[in-house]
Amino acid sequence: MNEFHSDFEIVAREDFSDVTFMLEVRHPMMARAAKPGQFVIVTSHPDGERIPLTIADFDAARGTITLVIQAVGKTTLEMKETCRVGTHLYGLAGPMGIPSHLGNSKKVICVGGGLGVAPVYPQARALKESGAYVIGVLGFRTKDLIFWDEKFRNICDELIVCTDDGSAGLHGFVTDGIRKALEVHDDIDEVVAIGPPMMMKACCDATREAGIKTMVSLNPIMVDGTGMCGGCRVKVGEIVKFACVDGPDFDGHQVDFDDLMVRLRRYKEEEAAATKRWSETCRMTQV
Amino acid sequence: MKKRTVRSIPQQRTPVRELDPVVRSRNFEEVNCGYDEQEALLESQRCLFCPEPKCIAGCPVNINIPAFIEKIGAKDYRGAYDVITGTNLLPAVCGRVCPQENQCEGVCVVGETLEPVAIGRLERFVGDLAIANGWVNRPYIEPTDFKVGVVGSGPAGMACAADMAKAGCEVTVFEAFHEAGGVLRYGIPDFRLPNSVVDAEIDKLRELGVKFEVNTLVGRLFTIEQMLDELGFSAVFIGTGAGYPALLGIPGDSLNGVLSANELLTRCNLMKARDFPNVDTPLPLGKHVVVVGAGNTAMDALRVTKRLGAESVACVYRRSKTECPARAEEVHHAEQEGIEFHWLTNPVEVIDDGSGSVAAIRCIRMELGEPDDSGRRRPVPVPGSEFEIETDQVVFAIGTNANPIIGQTSKLKLNKWGYLETDANLMTSIAGVFAGGDIVTGAATVIEAMGAGRRAARSMKRYLGLREAIEEPSSETIFGIDAREHNFVRVKAA
Ligand SMILES: Cc1cc2nc3c(=O)[nH]c(=O)nc-3n(C[C@H](O)[C@H](O)[C@H](O)COP(=O)(O)OP(=O)(O)OC[C@H]3O[C@@H](n4cnc5c(N)ncnc54)[C@H](O)[C@@H]3O)c2cc1C
Ligand SMILES: Cc1cc2nc3c(=O)[nH]c(=O)nc-3n(C[C@H](O)[C@H](O)[C@H](O)COP(=O)(O)OP(=O)(O)OC[C@H]3O[C@@H](n4cnc5c(N)ncnc54)[C@H](O)[C@@H]3O)c2cc1C
Ligand code: SF4
Ligand code: FES
Repeated sequence: MNEFHSDFEIVAREDFSDVTFMLEVRHPMMARAAKPGQFVIVTSHPDGERIPLTIADFDAARGTITLVIQAVGKTTLEMKETCRVGTHLYGLAGPMGIPSHLGNSKKVICVGGGLGVAPVYPQARALKESGAYVIGVLGFRTKDLIFWDEKFRNICDELIVCTDDGSAGLHGFVTDGIRKALEVHDDIDEVVAIGPPMMMKACCDATREAGIKTMVSLNPIMVDGTGMCGGCRVKVGEIVKFACVDGPDFDGHQVDFDDLMVRLRRYKEEEAAATKRWSETCRMTQV
Repeated sequence: MKKRTVRSIPQQRTPVRELDPVVRSRNFEEVNCGYDEQEALLESQRCLFCPEPKCIAGCPVNINIPAFIEKIGAKDYRGAYDVITGTNLLPAVCGRVCPQENQCEGVCVVGETLEPVAIGRLERFVGDLAIANGWVNRPYIEPTDFKVGVVGSGPAGMACAADMAKAGCEVTVFEAFHEAGGVLRYGIPDFRLPNSVVDAEIDKLRELGVKFEVNTLVGRLFTIEQMLDELGFSAVFIGTGAGYPALLGIPGDSLNGVLSANELLTRCNLMKARDFPNVDTPLPLGKHVVVVGAGNTAMDALRVTKRLGAESVACVYRRSKTECPARAEEVHHAEQEGIEFHWLTNPVEVIDDGSGSVAAIRCIRMELGEPDDSGRRRPVPVPGSEFEIETDQVVFAIGTNANPIIGQTSKLKLNKWGYLETDANLMTSIAGVFAGGDIVTGAATVIEAMGAGRRAARSMKRYLGLREAIEEPSSETIFGIDAREHNFVRVKAA
């Protein structure tokens, strides 16, 4: 083994819920290079898909990066079964994308919805380290799905946890959390929002009138992650950008979310077929 | 040997066996079966051994063509291989994918009266024999202390890596994808260039001691500057290709069902999506596919969709067949396979089916007007000639732009189109960093990228103060030993 090479060993795993799990993967060079806002492309086995995942944390001293994954389809469901401590990913490339621009905002709201909680963490931490006042707003469907709230409490000046069903924290969506923060603070410079497209769209709508700069991290379907295929193209203003090399962070008030949501449905049928097939073969091997 | 004349040589170009168009348009087997020995010997009889061979000048890397054809005629195939690899590292690849009709064969003297000598097929014959027999031109390598980094594993990177390894450097090739080969791997499909050929070429590099690090996105994992300053590389070569597909820029071009040829080909070739659902990457296919563009990439996209089972596949191109930039053989094969061509047709809008997917493409007829800067007649729209083609998938293959990653992450000087700027020695604005291939010239050809990799290696050796490894013709004996048999070549002291 040499300094460039890593065998992508999974050194730790934690399950946050039935569908959400965390992997800590060894890649010393990437752990040193990674910056908030960047992502990786993972291939779990030789016939696997290349899937983009945000670098949710990185630790240069331990030589690891952390991924938080929601099992939603064939690849991620399978990873939930196969990615055990001591096993290896087949491929892990990155860090990809332009790191988040940490300007000189003094007071920032960092919003994470569902799985977006993980990718917004390194940004919130970096903002805190740069001296900003950080308000965290985390949204989950229900109490059981909550994760990393402690981790956030350590780096946020204020933390608002929301649940859709009111089983914990504020009863409501992250947009309610944003509004609550805006009521108290009239000097917010910036909002960073990461989560499902629908949520990011709603956050942008919530800040548009007040004219607060709102950065979002887009998650279109990707293949290479290096600007080569154009599959990840998104409309920002009137311009078409490739999220993997021109993003993934963009000015949310410029993003055409409707276009993004339509394009995310592109492979719906094939994804459903693959997931079905996979769960059927799984059941067969289990009996 | 009696002097050959155009009248004394076999008049017909030796035909090459090809798979039946109907059968092959449903599979990914190689279309062109290549010459066998008898066919190659026969075709070699057609070269006139011109005293001033035009073909050599027509070849981007000036292969000594009559010399290798003469060796074939004498059944000295190993000798022929040595002649070719004197300048071309990848004969099995280039024999298959070079646009010979615009290069060596386009200027071959025989071609003035008859069909030109089938130089490409002969080159491939030799390249395939070399793979089958495991020939490598492996000079005696005297190790140096130099570490060389090569970024990108396409033909440019492969060529530079080979030459620097032969000069005794410790060479590491970094590739962003999880497999090496560049366009040869992810772009050009198996029915034109089987993966086994690319594998064989990469194995040869491994035998020379070249190391490959895949899954490595240079610029982001570490920068070019870090390679020199922190990671101990004495020199770096950048061959990252053109990538970044150009968009149609017409209404409806972001609808679902509109995708770049690069995405289609990458899914099919590199990610093996044609075996979905046995592999995980999907490649949803339309029933009626339209491909915009008529270069090699477009031809590959057309023929891949046909093979994946589309009912109809049509090509839309704004100029006429004469101006079409693809290799003649590919256009011919595509026509045989039942692909429709709409020449002099330009798309103006992709039409929504009401749910965000493609229903049709509206096009306008073109006619050729005055010549433009490139000397080609400029296509101009015919007013009122708009019409629609029903389609559920539109693939665009209208060229590429420079990949921005290296530019974003280094101080290297770029030209106004975003390509790397180099001097006559292919050195970039940073001393010790060289570049070549599509990332310097914009999308070009395999042979030009390969040639640039070798030219950069020559400059790199001068920069490092290394002498040239001289590869003597291997039929020579050294100390009474047949060099060929022992598969080594002397290094001449400078
Ligand atoms: C820059 C970026 C960062 C991402 N970070 C994370 C992360 O940190 N953790 C994580 O769990 N996921 C992340 N995603 C989404 C993740 O890539 C997808 O969930 C994954 O590709 C799904 O693969 P699958 O085969 O399991 O599911 P599939 O069967 O392919 O899809 C199942 C469902 O997920 C949706 N989906 C598919 N691809 C994407 C996508 N790219 N983005 C959003 N939804 C998608 C589909 O519409 C479908 O409904 C990120 C995506 C991008 C582009
Ligand atoms: C579909 C298609 C068909 C073609 N057909 C023909 C043909 O028939 N004949 C012909 O002569 N030419 C053909 N061409 C053109 C030819 O393939 C290219 O001109 C040639 O491959 C360029 O070689 P290259 O080494 O410069 O780059 P590429 O072959 O593009 O290789 C570049 C490599 O660098 C990698 N890379 C990029 N950025 C980074 C980074 N930051 N870090 C690490 N790695 C990186 C890429 O992943 C890629 O593997 C075709 C091209 C395409 C797309
Ligand atoms: S130009 Fe044609 S005939 Fe003359 S040497 Fe070259 S291949 Fe032979
Ligand atoms: S993922 Fe292919 S260009 Fe962005």
